[in-house]
Amino acid sequence: MARDVLSVPAAAAPSAIAGDGAGRDADARRPRRGRRLRWLLLAALVALGAVVLSMLVGGRPSTLAEVWHAVVTPTGSVMDVTIRELRWPRTVTGVVVGACLGVAGVLVQGHTRNPIADPGLLGINQGAALAIVSATAMAGALAPLTQALLAFAGALVAVVAVFLVSTSARGGATPITLVLAGAAISSLCTGLVSGIVLMDDQALDALRFWQVGSVAVRNGSLEVIAPFLLVGMVLAVANVGALNALSLGEDTARSLGVPVPVARTVGILAITLLAGSAVTHAGPIAFAGLLVPHLARALVGADYRWLVPVGAVAGVAVLLLADTAGRVIARPGELSVGVVLAVVGAPFFVHLARRRRLATT
Amino acid sequence: MTRNAFASTAGAGHVTGQNAARDAIRGAHSEAAPVPRSGPAGPVADGATVGCVPAAASGAGFRSVRVLRAGPVSLRFRPRELLVAAVLTAALLVAVTVHVALGGTPIPFGQVLAALAGQPVEGGVGLVVTEFRAPRTVAAVLVGACLAAAGAIMQTVARNPLASPDILGVTSGASAGAVAVLVLAGSGAVGVAGLAASVGMPAAAFTAGLAAGVAVYLLAYRRGIDSYRLILVGLGVDGLATALTTWMLTLGDVTNAAQALTWMTGSLNGKDWPLVLPLGAAAAVLLAAAVAAGRWLLLGALDRDTAVAIGLRLGRVGLLSLTLAVLLAAVATVVGGRVVFVALASPQIARLLTGSPVPPVAVSALVGAVFVLVSDAVAANLFATPLPVGVVTAVLGAPYLIYLVMRPPRRTS
Repeated sequence: MARDVLSVPAAAAPSAIAGDGAGRDADARRPRRGRRLRWLLLAALVALGAVVLSMLVGGRPSTLAEVWHAVVTPTGSVMDVTIRELRWPRTVTGVVVGACLGVAGVLVQGHTRNPIADPGLLGINQGAALAIVSATAMAGALAPLTQALLAFAGALVAVVAVFLVSTSARGGATPITLVLAGAAISSLCTGLVSGIVLMDDQALDALRFWQVGSVAVRNGSLEVIAPFLLVGMVLAVANVGALNALSLGEDTARSLGVPVPVARTVGILAITLLAGSAVTHAGPIAFAGLLVPHLARALVGADYRWLVPVGAVAGVAVLLLADTAGRVIARPGELSVGVVLAVVGAPFFVHLARRRRLATT
Repeated sequence: MTRNAFASTAGAGHVTGQNAARDAIRGAHSEAAPVPRSGPAGPVADGATVGCVPAAASGAGFRSVRVLRAGPVSLRFRPRELLVAAVLTAALLVAVTVHVALGGTPIPFGQVLAALAGQPVEGGVGLVVTEFRAPRTVAAVLVGACLAAAGAIMQTVARNPLASPDILGVTSGASAGAVAVLVLAGSGAVGVAGLAASVGMPAAAFTAGLAAGVAVYLLAYRRGIDSYRLILVGLGVDGLATALTTWMLTLGDVTNAAQALTWMTGSLNGKDWPLVLPLGAAAAVLLAAAVAAGRWLLLGALDRDTAVAIGLRLGRVGLLSLTLAVLLAAVATVVGGRVVFVALASPQIARLLTGSPVPPVAVSALVGAVFVLVSDAVAANLFATPLPVGVVTAVLGAPYLIYLVMRPPRRTS
């Protein structure tokens, strides 16, 4: 029974979620397991390539041999130190953040059935920033763990607020109300954040340290967010079956035995934990969660059992490539990954907005 | 459906609005005493339910449109609109005085008025008022009036209360243009000084704002303009322009945090006469043109066939008014940066106050000016550290946007 349920969406869901174009493709090609596995492996290969590239490219480009030397037999030369102390942590951050944002994006778009949803567009970044900044202003400098917890709380509140606003809109939540509610909550939080930051120097420091939107600056160590991240990933994986059923519509999902409220709660928790981890670790990065799910869906169709892993891998590739591109384009300075992704992502958003009548309910 | 600048969204609200607008216009052409109200009866009549083009002013036995005739010349006017405009003008004058008086160390109102009137005032008060505080006050009026007028025009033409230069990417486009000049001219540290900057920045802001506006319009055009697609595309272009602005601010040596803040948040700090005067003159001309265009906008709120039958060249009028709106938004942006939500909220406040079928341009401008003046006075005085005005307008305006998203269902007639 369960297998039947889970195998249906591959054919039926794309038209609901991925849009007409992808739906037709999926119908025509009907991606099978082998093909999907090949795409997953290919994406992983690209991600691996992106990791290597991220290690190679920097203020001073290095050769593969140098990277190998630094990783395997470090002698403490300048290049070894550069690679081990600067590029490696940055690459790890990129991998973590990319995977988080990719999976969070897949979940957001699945739960909202909204092709233009993105954690960054739902006010997660600004909610987290507001929580951190206001707490710093009230209580002084924060421990990394407190800061991470606050970021999660702020992100969660923002997401819930956005969902509440958009679902209480007339005609229920549509893609447009979700995005607009996200824009409204974001700008409310942004306004409050700028206000607080201007009045409190310590809060400004906390924000500046954090808001660069870059994988180069790491606040809170990876250990702090690791538990949240792992829980988020586990929840996301646990959510895929329900998501497959939910993509057929809530009623159908319910009649198939999916506890809808539980599934939604798990989904929102997973989204918040994952996107919150990314935000806490690397600052606000928008549009990655928008791009990656579309990429993943184009590769493996609409089955969430495949979308989540492919989303994670593709997220790593997209984020690292964007970060590396940012280092190359703006020499001798560098472009933060947030800006690179916005420059690529915003036109893509426009493309999606053009594609179909999103406003129709 | 409609293939012209007056985008049409299907929705009963517009029927109401069209009827209302027809009523309003009928006043100009016939002397029908109480204007017949063909909009749906009942609770719908008030503007709250419909976004942009609601029922005309209600009120028992109140003639919403009157006509003055003198030989061949006739003048159509709405008493309520005139009354609202008069009250708002008074409020504006009060706000200006308060704004000047509170721009730092409080100055007694009497001395402010005397200094503004050009009478000699003891001490340095005269100098402080005319050289330091007045430019900022004028800048606030300019920014508010221009943004609100731009918003009124866009909301009318797009037939959507969400359409405004900040949502459609025009403001952030203009901001990006201005910052580009700032960075390329290398004048980041000293601010907007020199002829090149004072001519180049408005020009670049206008060009970039126009480019953003045109891009949004063209990208949203697919067999006609769907209002919501327009807004989504606008949000995308807005995101792109904001990212470019952020990038350019890190690129150039814009070490002055206040200046960066102007372009990201909107601020009136440190505005002086050399910047405000030329742009103020431009704004005055543009505002006059916008008010004059108000009649077209009213006619444009009719359904397409009626508007064309009356003799309105819809395409041309839409294009002209939108260009005007972009110009207004660009001027405001060059002066104050991205002061958000003024253009979104002011026209609808004006519409509710006057009960007009479309946001009236002149009243919107007054509302916008008062809005920015009050916000700036609050931002500068209510907190331990003076805040930029954009912070206050954002915090005040965001709930309104949330309300717009959540507003109750449209009634169908």
